Amino acid sequence: MDDLKDVVLKYVTEEYLEADSDPLTFETPLISGGIVDSFSMVSLKRFLENRYNIQIPDDKATPEAFDSVNRIADLVREFVKA
Amino acid sequence: MAYSDKVRGIYEAQLQGIRDAGIFKQERYIHSPQAADIEVEFPAGAALKKVINMCANNYLGLSSHPDVVRAAHEGLDARGYGMSSVRFICGTQDIHRELEHRVTEFLGTEDTLLFPSCMDANSGVFEAILTKDDVMISDRLVHASLVDGIRLCSAMHDTYKHSDMAHLESKLQLHADKRLKVVITDGVFSMDGDAAKLDECVALCEKHDAMLLVDESHASGFIGKTGRGTHERCGVMGRIDVITTTFGKALGGASGGCVSGRRELVEMCRQKARPYLFSNTIAPVVVAGVLKVMEILSGSTERRDKLEANSAYWRKGLTEAGFVLREGDTPIVPVMLFNAKLAQDFSKALYDEGVYAMGFFFPVVPQGQARIRTQLSAGHEIHHLDKALDAFAKVGKKYDILGKTKQEIIEKYGM
Repeated sequence: MDDLKDVVLKYVTEEYLEADSDPLTFETPLISGGIVDSFSMVSLKRFLENRYNIQIPDDKATPEAFDSVNRIADLVREFVKA
Repeated sequence: MAYSDKVRGIYEAQLQGIRDAGIFKQERYIHSPQAADIEVEFPAGAALKKVINMCANNYLGLSSHPDVVRAAHEGLDARGYGMSSVRFICGTQDIHRELEHRVTEFLGTEDTLLFPSCMDANSGVFEAILTKDDVMISDRLVHASLVDGIRLCSAMHDTYKHSDMAHLESKLQLHADKRLKVVITDGVFSMDGDAAKLDECVALCEKHDAMLLVDESHASGFIGKTGRGTHERCGVMGRIDVITTTFGKALGGASGGCVSGRRELVEMCRQKARPYLFSNTIAPVVVAGVLKVMEILSGSTERRDKLEANSAYWRKGLTEAGFVLREGDTPIVPVMLFNAKLAQDFSKALYDEGVYAMGFFFPVVPQGQARIRTQLSAGHEIHHLDKALDAFAKVGKKYDILGKTKQEIIEKYGM
């Protein structure tokens, strides 16, 4: 879990960015910044669920909860603990 | 009051914002049939101007073809003006069914169902054949009508990077547990003019037990050796599960569209697709016109051959002039300008030089990817193309973009 933020950052970068895009930070707004559209959240959610063996309820998988690497990491920690 | 000053003010401010950004769309009024040469009133009230049309989807030059017009007249006389009905109530004539058979034969599928438009076909198809237990995996640059249809469907939705087959395969693996999977792509992408790698898509779908839906609106009639579409070009006829396409572009240019493919999927649309159930049937006059178009195309490849030659000539001319183009070999040739206001201004300047071509910018294309999308027609003669190339070169020189790279244009004009 120590590398959780790095894992998420790497996934989001490979999944959504083009070769000449500016690099992401842990705080870059992903959805409100137009990098990830809300439809594309589904593969991110599935990736997290598979990788960390968790289930994220649909009502928790909101654009707000997925809007930065930091927020996504917080969400994953919540369900890994549970 | 229902529409208060406050509400009106909200919308006026939004519209003013669009004007201030220099991207307010204004219609131009055409006073002639659609053709390579048209007469246009722009701005409203101005004297008519004869211009060369470089932005119609009139790929085969059939929109005002005398044989098509004659057939439409005959259809009006034989079958009337309107049906005043949706298909399943009393809106299906023998000519509707005949057209469905002709299209089935042309596309190499099992059955076809007409819709009032391909927008309607795309809006209705997914909801008719999928449930919440299924997944739709679409190319990130599919047409807006497919995006709308996807939004209306309860199945899960994911996307893959444009034409990236490795990324598509990773998504097919990610969603392997779903009941049904559908991969969704344009055959020819409407904004960039590139063609999907349908042979690779089909191979992946067959490997991962997924269906494949292809929107062929910018391909039917002229892509592939005999114009059957992108599936013919890629050698995969008979292996596409659903094709949607329009009769509002190459195939006559009036209106109408269809879903064509596996018998059961088409029948599901006939039973459940909402635009089919709730929207008026295609008018008999349009059906008669499209039947004539299908007859013309089945007899000769002359028009699609001429279109192919025109496209190559145009592309070569623009490249030699020093424009940045999207790579490809279809009749859609985007001239990249990147900045939205530049695209608007360039379009107006072209019009002054006698060429009609529109600027495309966000939200029609991604931010920073504004362009003039040019489209070739079999109705263009070489003298049209030469005159248009001269106009492009003159305007390109005026805005100092000839021979410039993407970076240089962006540095000069911004994104």
